[in-house]
Amino acid sequence: MDLSYSDEDKTFRDEVRAFMQEKVTPELRDKVRGMGELTKDDMEGWHATLNARGWLAPNWPKKFGGAEWNAVQKHIFDEEAEAASAPRIVPFGLSMLAPVLQKFGSQEQNDYWLPRLLKGEDWWCQGYSEPGAGSDLASLKTSAVKNEAGTHYIVNGQKTWTTLGQHANMIFCLVRTDKDVKQQEGISFLLIDMATPGIEVRPIILLDGTPEVNEVWFTDVEVPVENLVGEENKGWTYAKYLLTHERTNIAGVGASQAGLASVKRLARSEMSNGKPLIENPHFLARIAQVEIDLMAMATTNMRIVSKAAAGQAPGVESSMLKVKGTIIRQEINDLARRAAGVYAMPFASEAVEGANEALPDPLGAGPVAAKYFNNRKLSIFGGSNEIQRGIIAKVTMGS
Amino acid sequence: MNFDLTEERQMLQDTLRRFLRERYDTATRNKILESDTGLSTEIWAELAELGVIGALFTEEQGGFGGKGFDISVVFEELGRAGVVEPFLDTAVLAGGLIADLGNDDQQAHVEEIIGGSLQLAFAHGEPTSRYDLTRVGTTATEKGGDIILNGRKAVVVNAEAADMLVVSARESGGEGDADGISLFLVPKDAKGLTVQGYALLAGGRAAEVTLDDVAVPASARLGEAGKASPAIEARVAAANVAQTAETLGAMETACALTKEYLGTRKQFGRPIGTFQALAHRYSDLLIEMEQARSAVILIAGNLEADRGTRERYVSATKNLIGRVGRLVGEEAIQLHGGIAMTQEYELAHIAKRIIMADHRFGDVDFHLERFIALAAA
Repeated sequence: MDLSYSDEDKTFRDEVRAFMQEKVTPELRDKVRGMGELTKDDMEGWHATLNARGWLAPNWPKKFGGAEWNAVQKHIFDEEAEAASAPRIVPFGLSMLAPVLQKFGSQEQNDYWLPRLLKGEDWWCQGYSEPGAGSDLASLKTSAVKNEAGTHYIVNGQKTWTTLGQHANMIFCLVRTDKDVKQQEGISFLLIDMATPGIEVRPIILLDGTPEVNEVWFTDVEVPVENLVGEENKGWTYAKYLLTHERTNIAGVGASQAGLASVKRLARSEMSNGKPLIENPHFLARIAQVEIDLMAMATTNMRIVSKAAAGQAPGVESSMLKVKGTIIRQEINDLARRAAGVYAMPFASEAVEGANEALPDPLGAGPVAAKYFNNRKLSIFGGSNEIQRGIIAKVTMGS
Repeated sequence: MNFDLTEERQMLQDTLRRFLRERYDTATRNKILESDTGLSTEIWAELAELGVIGALFTEEQGGFGGKGFDISVVFEELGRAGVVEPFLDTAVLAGGLIADLGNDDQQAHVEEIIGGSLQLAFAHGEPTSRYDLTRVGTTATEKGGDIILNGRKAVVVNAEAADMLVVSARESGGEGDADGISLFLVPKDAKGLTVQGYALLAGGRAAEVTLDDVAVPASARLGEAGKASPAIEARVAAANVAQTAETLGAMETACALTKEYLGTRKQFGRPIGTFQALAHRYSDLLIEMEQARSAVILIAGNLEADRGTRERYVSATKNLIGRVGRLVGEEAIQLHGGIAMTQEYELAHIAKRIIMADHRFGDVDFHLERFIALAAA
């Protein structure tokens, strides 16, 4: 048992930390902390900065141009990036689609799409959920039928909750190619150009006022058969691979640590009964409680990460981390909201848009209440916490 | 014991519920939320006509209610419909202070308030006062027969729409002293008064109000010099009756929407409410709703009690409603899933009303500490 990083890990951590210090500008940092909106340019610029250093694709094998870090290194990177309030790597293309292509895609697909991903030439979004297929993803109905010539799939249907779809030029979709078999056995994995006629993207405004997700409608959309990944009707296997493969940062340890630091900053500037809120025993107890949970969870995360680094694929642990991790993150969002007191009330997206400079933010709190509401999504998306608990029970009890 | 509403209050509840169901649907409300003023003057006028504002004042003041249960009946219905119009600010707080403390000239405004032609705001909280009612740093000094006001007021709800503000300021004592605080009736267009407005997350609008050598005549003072604290506390108690009842109504809607969704949304071939993991959580909401209803009865029923009793129930109820509100707001969203995260779905607004209520007049923690302090006193 050794609770510390190896010397190599420490060297790597210092290297990442120095990089973040140099590259995360104050402007970028403030936007990540919620006092501004990250634009498409900001995100693509950050990708380019990472790519120049060879760090844009931490989990790709070296032969595809990735960093091929082990799980501990990836964890260190995530932690340092969060602590420095660096933008997140937009995951859809780089860490969701790419592993599927690398494992199941054709040589031609890999040769074409992977370099474009590193160079930032495509923005991918994910077409999984449908209005009638949320937690029950396998019941999806968007259909893809081959034309008579056998050259194209004709796609019809609707996807929803498509995050940042407004920026995307490409979408990877789960589509139904066989209606007459068991649900999971009639699904295929298609790559679709968003500029194809018949595609319409409509924004969904979330409860905090942000246009973060979209509906994507498909009406007789022609997709070349070359854009099928792997085999027809094997899409469910690929989708599951994607889900189990990309779970290293699921606990959000770095995000929680950064969030807790920000709560403490806030509580130092907010006054309560003539004293800083940070001196209020009751509020301190609330902070301490979640900090204790986070300390243990960070170690749970490291235990699982170390196992993965040793080549053991995580099983139910990733579901456990998702549940505990989101509970802790949401608790921290709640504390930030509380700390801001009456100044949590303004609709801060006005400040984010810069439309109203009079908006009060004497604490430098940023839109804490909006973030609290927005992050209710954490326990809903990517398999809701109820679905995760179901998985844990099913796997461990063998029921 | 009798927990039934009086006939008059029952009628008021029925009328109001029917009116809001017909006139204040989600589409109407979303339009109001997106408007520049954040309120509908037509709805305001119609509700005034219906007697909603009159129900918030006693007969001596010119109304026909004004007791704790009158306030709770009105606001539970406003909350149920997610109404964002500032009845609490114009009538219960600022209007109530004028009615409680004003001289005959000042009291004349009450008729205009009840008729719906006057908008008011209570400019009391300051950037560092948080939820403490006695922490007033704004100053009032006499100069040549006038009173000169200086200071900054934070998150003043309805300040932009208000014709007049009820402004608290200190005439003596130090920040944090209950003694020395006075109230002044200040026209919104007074020289030196600046209003910087913004929208609120849960609907409606507020502003930062700056008073820079604002001169008002001594006759603008409400009540005795330096003695306004007890009246402020009593009015905030009434505001807490209004706000906790409003939250109760909003939670009723959140639970109703959740029930409907659990019964109709199908995943894995069956309504999701048939999954025990979700059904039990819905049951927990109902259990807590009974607690919430009782707490609102306690605060409303003790609004006319002596100060010590009244404030004990204020803090108890505000604490309990804050806790139940967080549970109901968060669980209603979670039990729905993604749909509840969208602005156009009714629950989004309702959940924001529920949660953000904890940021006015003291949150769960503030009132827990206050409950302990009151018990020790």
